[in-house]
Amino acid sequence: MHGIGVFVCHCGSNIAATVDVKKVVEMARLEPGVVHAEDYQYMCSEAGQEKIAAAIREKNLKGIVVCSCSPRMHEATFRKCAEKAGINPYMVEIANIREQCSWIHKDIAEGTEKAVILTRAAIAKVNLNTSLVPGESLVTKRALVIGGGIAGIQTALDIADAGYEVDIVEKTPSIGGKMAQLDKTFPTLDCSACILTPKMVDAAAHEKITLYTYSEIEKVSGFVGDFTVEIRKKARYVNMDKCTGCGVCMEKCPSKKALSEFNAGLNTRPAIYTPFAQAIPNVPVIDPTQCTKLKTGKCGLCERFCQAGAIDYTQQDEIVTQKYGAIVVATGFDVIKLDNYDEYAYSQSKDVITSLELERIMNAAGPTKGHLERMSDGKHPKNIVFIQCVGSRCNDSKGKPYCSKICCMYTAKHAMLIRDKYPDVNVTVFYIDVRTPGKNFDEFYRRAVEEYGVNYVKGQVGKVTPEPDGSLTVHGVDLLENKQLKVSADMVVLAAAIEPNPAVRKIATMLTASIDTNNFLTEAHPKLRPVESPTAGVFLSGVCQGPKDIPETVSQAGAAAIKVVGLLAKDKLLTNPCTAKPDELRCNGCSVCANVCPYGAISYEDKLVNDHGVRETRRVAVVNSALCQGCGACTVACPSGVMDLQGFSNRQIIAEVDAICR
Amino acid sequence: MSHGNKNQAAMVKEISGTNPLKCMKCGKCSASCPAFDKMDIKPHQFVSYVVNEDVESLAKCESLWVCLSCFACVERCPRDVKPGKIVDAARQIVVRQKGGNYLSANEIPELIDEDLPQQLLVSAFRKFRR
Repeated sequence: MHGIGVFVCHCGSNIAATVDVKKVVEMARLEPGVVHAEDYQYMCSEAGQEKIAAAIREKNLKGIVVCSCSPRMHEATFRKCAEKAGINPYMVEIANIREQCSWIHKDIAEGTEKAVILTRAAIAKVNLNTSLVPGESLVTKRALVIGGGIAGIQTALDIADAGYEVDIVEKTPSIGGKMAQLDKTFPTLDCSACILTPKMVDAAAHEKITLYTYSEIEKVSGFVGDFTVEIRKKARYVNMDKCTGCGVCMEKCPSKKALSEFNAGLNTRPAIYTPFAQAIPNVPVIDPTQCTKLKTGKCGLCERFCQAGAIDYTQQDEIVTQKYGAIVVATGFDVIKLDNYDEYAYSQSKDVITSLELERIMNAAGPTKGHLERMSDGKHPKNIVFIQCVGSRCNDSKGKPYCSKICCMYTAKHAMLIRDKYPDVNVTVFYIDVRTPGKNFDEFYRRAVEEYGVNYVKGQVGKVTPEPDGSLTVHGVDLLENKQLKVSADMVVLAAAIEPNPAVRKIATMLTASIDTNNFLTEAHPKLRPVESPTAGVFLSGVCQGPKDIPETVSQAGAAAIKVVGLLAKDKLLTNPCTAKPDELRCNGCSVCANVCPYGAISYEDKLVNDHGVRETRRVAVVNSALCQGCGACTVACPSGVMDLQGFSNRQIIAEVDAICR
Repeated sequence: MSHGNKNQAAMVKEISGTNPLKCMKCGKCSASCPAFDKMDIKPHQFVSYVVNEDVESLAKCESLWVCLSCFACVERCPRDVKPGKIVDAARQIVVRQKGGNYLSANEIPELIDEDLPQQLLVSAFRKFRR
């Protein structure tokens, strides 16, 4: 191809400091087909783009190579620029001389040499580029939110208020999530239920929102704008239409041994239960692992007492299939298991508890009706020790390498609430660092120290020993005094690290959304696209993306909602034209490509082909370009080399390799 | 900050196999140490001495010989810095310089019993060669 233009970006000093850009321009001019080459300080700027457009028009360029940052950053920018100037946007190639070159090299000679080679490869590729035209796909104007905690509820409310249908799928019997378990919220100390339950009611009452509680995602297929999702509605054994929520069944149920999930395992619940009194929907479920009737066929008390006749022991799981244009993941978090932290005696003493357990103890609806009591003997504690960073900021194999972010604030909250309600209780907090960035956060922590007399000690606790008299000895250290401390306590509260809900791995796999080493979902861009997954049409809300508190979660939920609304507002989406395409004449219909395709985009058809004058019907591969994501798995799997990825054809890739090895 | 002998600090890092820069100064080592009160340089401070390349002071300190090699700090260190191993390495450097043996190698087999962790024996061996 004659008429290639090469544009080399300095990226300020990002590229120019390690790559001799003038030399790259000079070398590019020598390549076959290149009729124009220039460099500029910021190619992505308006002035830079104008240079490209002007060169395309004046020199009648057919294809261009931009030597700049990663295509993930500005490929779209330069494609738009090329299109405006009158050439097909797929006649643009990016040579990544920043992330893959200048940023990783220190030596100018080496960096320049590599930049020249990368440029050469891109020129070789653009030589074989063909114009591509994106197809169109329809957008289903309905969103799915996975998870019914505060993140999911807020996202759903915002989407629904914009006028679109939303379904919330929640695994547990009620929406509300972790926030429903909290007593008070920092830094204002307003009651968590008082601000959450109205939102739960709003979500349930909203005409555009459908709740699927006690339900899980079973299968996801399709793509942005057109997902098909199977939802498993687990058998409740209670008819939702008939149940009046009177609660008699829960009172009468004789099987009351199961640990209450809502009360963090501190007390028990019946086999037929709603997680908490304000549950939405206010319809109980029967736990089949606990129900005597379901296990042995005997009992049936709940059925006998149910005036509404809502109990149905024969109910089965039901699969609902629904189409969505966008999916929001809001699966939230769990507190880590403390098996690896034997030194803190969590499994040995009932009086060593997690902060979430304390949250339930402090709550009026909790196992102690809100009275501060030791779980071992019900006695009022006089000395409480809080231990921070249990399992957070650990880079050994036991804990999590990240800061859980919320613990400093909720510990200050707990300490303050205890000192306020029970001035006779001594509260000591062992900390490594107190991290309280956030509006009114540091003031809040200082109030705990200055006004409520909470004793903050710098130094991590080494171990906690349960004593025969029922007390606990905390072996700590005061690093500022350089003294070892032995503190006698009646109760020890561990600020255990938080981790993404373990179910998120399975969900991320179904969505082909990427997750990091800690199981947090990855953003499309950590700064500029923080609520989008790299997988188109999948959005992130709440702690599934990284530790965050309630105000941050609500902000992010709103941000995810506006991204969903932006997508659903479109009637049609342009599809990526870089899809697989088989050469029908050479395809022998072996099915290898269909078997490796992760998107189910390949099927087979009996087609009439004209093979050099021989007309016959053959079974050949057909690619649904709306489903194909252009991953290229089929192109390498095809034994006859018949599959080609448009825009990344085998010929183009070989040409690039040849150019590099020249 | 940096003073003292760079080579010795490098040697401590090499022998102990730890990276003192990973330390977040949480003090869990000092909170765990049963010999804390008898030490002149405290376990969490060992790390700073290596970072500041002042192994000489570490080599002269009492803590080196007060450490019980119980490895509570090694076990509990959340950052994989393991101060006990730093003490162990400093002890080795001192012993090498002095050259003398307190425990002779021939005596070791008698001391071994099945329940004794190997690491402890090695530590003890180094410790007694003052």
